[in-house]
Amino acid sequence: MSATVGRIAVAGPVPATWWRRHQMALAPAILLAPACLLFALFVIWPIADSLWVSLHDWDGIKPMRFVGFGNYTELFTDDVFYTSLVNNVLWLVAFMLAPVFGLALALLLNQTLFGMRLVKSLFFFPFVISQVVVGLVFGWFLNADFGLLNVLLGFIGLPPVDILGDERWATFGVMAAGLWPQTAYCMILYLTGLTAINPELVEAARLDGARGWRLLRHVILPQLRPATFIAIVVCVVGALRSFDLVSIMTKGGPYDSSSVLAFYMYQQTFASFRYGYGAAIATVLFLIMDVYIAFFLVSLLRRERR
Amino acid sequence: MFPTPLQKQSPGARGLYRGVVSISLLVWLLPLFAIALTSTRSLDDLSRGNYWGWPTDLRIAENYTAVFTSSPMGRYLLNSVVITLPAVAGTLAVSTMAGFALAQYRFRGNIALFATFIAGNFVPFQVLMIPVRNLFVHVIPLYDTVWALVLFHIAFQTGFCTLFMRNFIRELPDALVEAARIEGVGELRIFWHVVLPLVRPALAALAVLEFTFIWNDYFWALVLVQSDTARPVTAGLQALAGQWLASWQLMSAGALIAAAPSIVIFFAMQRHFIAGLTLGAVKE
Repeated sequence: MSATVGRIAVAGPVPATWWRRHQMALAPAILLAPACLLFALFVIWPIADSLWVSLHDWDGIKPMRFVGFGNYTELFTDDVFYTSLVNNVLWLVAFMLAPVFGLALALLLNQTLFGMRLVKSLFFFPFVISQVVVGLVFGWFLNADFGLLNVLLGFIGLPPVDILGDERWATFGVMAAGLWPQTAYCMILYLTGLTAINPELVEAARLDGARGWRLLRHVILPQLRPATFIAIVVCVVGALRSFDLVSIMTKGGPYDSSSVLAFYMYQQTFASFRYGYGAAIATVLFLIMDVYIAFFLVSLLRRERR
Repeated sequence: MFPTPLQKQSPGARGLYRGVVSISLLVWLLPLFAIALTSTRSLDDLSRGNYWGWPTDLRIAENYTAVFTSSPMGRYLLNSVVITLPAVAGTLAVSTMAGFALAQYRFRGNIALFATFIAGNFVPFQVLMIPVRNLFVHVIPLYDTVWALVLFHIAFQTGFCTLFMRNFIRELPDALVEAARIEGVGELRIFWHVVLPLVRPALAALAVLEFTFIWNDYFWALVLVQSDTARPVTAGLQALAGQWLASWQLMSAGALIAAAPSIVIFFAMQRHFIAGLTLGAVKE
């Protein structure tokens, strides 16, 4: 490293140009400019514009008509909106299983026997492939006519089920597909967390007679807190972002029973040409997400100050 | 170590462990084995209802060739490459500069800016959808081109990558940058010659991670492009699902082809991938 620095230094004494004198202020400005510009144009401004659009009646083509909070009051009487909202809550609850399953898998796999590295990668597999493929794969798995699930049920003498075609169960079928990659993600977080466990603490606790569940509960889990924090954050975001699987597996059906806010918003905007109403749904989703963004930011910045 | 390492246990216990792990893995990946098997079947097999038994005759080469000859899959794959590579490169460039600036300089609004990048990273896509699409239709005439996706991905992914880079650069020893400053090295040269070589591990981790994120994107592919000349493989596969209907052998072969690049990248660069993904999972 010092070699590199030395090589630049031989450039010799530098005249105190205007740039030289102001570079401590100019360098960060220049370096930040592209990121700020792009982020402002494609993230910050669109949020504001969406809020504005949500106050209008608009089909995307004709001039916008201002309706105040009309779109939002309509949401209150919209059954599909309620279904989507409830489904998003169900997704949130179901996704809290991912850290639990992920931890269980990590504990199962945290061994250094020959070949375990490959086994861990294979368990992680579902997270790497796109949700479109996950959706197609699970769609077949649950298919009423020839899905593997029904074949397996047949083996143990149970009648076939049509999960994705049943209003009561469709959304759970999609969630199961969502849990698959999400659990893999949590597993890898916990596997990494487990490698950083302080072995002396574990040995000391073992000498004190702690083992199994008690050891996990009182010694291991507290040390896994950073992993748990991230696992919960990514699961919440994943649950609220759910769109791909719904779009691939059920298109929100049957009868909108498996819709979620992200999908309903897309449908209202591009299928029903109700841009203003779509923007209002997006705003609701955004407000829900803000709670978590605020929670995440506060805990991150608090850590920063220490 | 927790749980107790099995090296200390009897060979019997290790054998049992291996048995349990193998069966779990088999169940875990069952849906994937199923489509891998389906992609080798003949159409006859499927119309006879042989979905899950052993294929009567293997049609691996035929099916995988048919995917490319009977659909624009080749084009979709090419589009995905043309979208993903520049988007990853662009994101890394923009966020490394921003991360360096946020990590190295004290100025008013530094933390606020940093918080904005973090928060923006969590924003639901839907709240950006209408304005971003209109922007590409009316203002920047790139709608339905790969460049719309490239540009948007760079902008959005900059949030996460800047967070990552800024924290990585913060962890570097200050002494190097300080020494360079005392020698009179310019700030931009410090960035280029001193810091950039040091952040290579972070760049590698982010590159792999962003490759899979962007390659697997489906939502923006639906929103920002619509014709086959620009559609990436995720949206293309969805379009083919409607077209192929009962040709499950083609569908599953197509799905595996679409998934292959991110799988290859993952296995080739596993260490970097996991390092990126588990950032923050260890230290508090």
